[in-house]
Amino acid sequence: MTTVQIIFIVAAAVTLGAAIMVVTTRKLLHAAVWLILSLLGVAVFYVLLNAGFLAVAQLVIYIGAIAILMIFAIMLTRHLALDIGPQVHRGWPWALLIAILLFGGLIWLLSSWSDVSTELPVMSSRADPLTDLGVALVSPNAYVIPFELASILLLAALIGAIYVAWPKKEKEG
Amino acid sequence: MADQLTGFVNWLENLLLSLGLAESFVSFLMATLGVLTIMMFVLVLDVFLVWVERKVVARFQGRLGPNRLGPFGIIQPFADIIKLLIKEDITPIGADRILFNLAPPFAMAAVLLIWAVIPFSDGLLGADLNVGVLYIVGVGAIGTLSIILAGWASNNKYSLLGAFRTVAQMIAYEVPMVIVLLVPVLLAGSMNVSEIVDSQGVWYIFIAPLAAIILLITAIAEIGRTPFDLLEAESEIVAGFHIEYTGMKFGLFYAAELLHALTVGALFATLFLGGWRGPFADQFPILGVFYLFLKAFLIYYVIMWIKYTLPRIRIDHMLNFNWKFLTPLALTLLIVTAITEKLIDQYFVNITLTLYVGIMLVANVIIAWIVLAIVRKYAQSTRKRVGDERSIAQPPLETPASGSD
Repeated sequence: MTTVQIIFIVAAAVTLGAAIMVVTTRKLLHAAVWLILSLLGVAVFYVLLNAGFLAVAQLVIYIGAIAILMIFAIMLTRHLALDIGPQVHRGWPWALLIAILLFGGLIWLLSSWSDVSTELPVMSSRADPLTDLGVALVSPNAYVIPFELASILLLAALIGAIYVAWPKKEKEG
Repeated sequence: MADQLTGFVNWLENLLLSLGLAESFVSFLMATLGVLTIMMFVLVLDVFLVWVERKVVARFQGRLGPNRLGPFGIIQPFADIIKLLIKEDITPIGADRILFNLAPPFAMAAVLLIWAVIPFSDGLLGADLNVGVLYIVGVGAIGTLSIILAGWASNNKYSLLGAFRTVAQMIAYEVPMVIVLLVPVLLAGSMNVSEIVDSQGVWYIFIAPLAAIILLITAIAEIGRTPFDLLEAESEIVAGFHIEYTGMKFGLFYAAELLHALTVGALFATLFLGGWRGPFADQFPILGVFYLFLKAFLIYYVIMWIKYTLPRIRIDHMLNFNWKFLTPLALTLLIVTAITEKLIDQYFVNITLTLYVGIMLVANVIIAWIVLAIVRKYAQSTRKRVGDERSIAQPPLETPASGSD
């Protein structure tokens, strides 16, 4: 077993364990912290796949922005945010069935794929996937239209947020 | 030193391999040793930062500072540490025990993680990440997280208020900080921190002085030091997020804050002051470490200077200053730098370095001049508005009948 495999197994166990804790813990804030650990585990997978940019983007966007926003929202509501009541939904056998079917389907799909046992190609030390990614995002032959569309969407969301938050002028009298 | 260090590392690696250990295990062990070495070096430095900070603040306040233990009181931090260690460890009633204890190590970890990508000297650095600058932004989130957790888990109104202020401040100031961090990335054409250092034949502070100033301001706000220390404003919310912490848990927050200031200094030095570069640093890599820490301590001194000179800023001013001044300025700066750089690349290929620096400097000066003009106009209108008679909350005027006339 290589070091990469050991790291993968540990990261996978931590990610899955933390994900289970997210849905089973009763304190809402603890769930948010477990979620952060789970997201961190996903970032480790990206590192193992030589996708450093995606790993750091995961850190910045999911942990730095989304998780902290969640925690902030929870803090603004109640102090303890305890969840009392049953933790399973009535239709849990159906959910279990669908989950098993999905998992089985994925296993079947992967086992019938011939390239599944291909070794990860070793990248040359001078290769820079980051530059390739950057060029691809603005190149007309690659992803410039989706990139620009996403930019416009984000800009629209930004302007919309400003419009919603703008103080309404009350009419006098 | 890098050569001797590489030699030593190779020797140790061969020794472990000759003992019959597996190759992957040895590389794992060497990586762990490297992490521990950088961590220990920075943490030992942190102990003396307590002394530096206390000495400097004493000088600013016309005192002597610690001067009893050892020469110039240099043993004082150890006495402080012993005192912190033997204090009673209190967890308040109703506190969330796990998160309460998790917060201080997080605060320290967020600072230590930054040192992984700062190059100490030529080829002497923890991790050669090609997304180094983005990584620095990413690990900063852990610091914010630790303060939120500390504020919430303490079960204390004041610490919760401190945490609220922190989120507002840190998230707000992260915006211009990230934009301004893009300027050195743009100039170097790489997010790799050591490549940014390598490409600084001329220090970037001469090419982008405004960006450097904005980075310093936003970094001070991110550390939460005066004038941006609203998260622990003593006169309003006692001690803010760390009010319930005792002993070494408080010590970790304190040490993390001091180390964060020096880390910001090292970061600033790396991105804008040429990092380890200096005379003869190429021949003797050990000099690079010296230069880096010289520059880092210089910036650390400036941060302390600001801290002990300026009063605290009001919270609405703090937010206005960020959203209405720093963020637009940073955006303008980024756009102007990008366009100027591209134009020079396109049309003046054989430009001399001096002229290039001159053009960039002039662009910065023009922006600064326009900004100052706008600020002056805004200040005038504000003064006029404040100075004018206002129609609110005035008592019914009774003319003093028996008066001067």
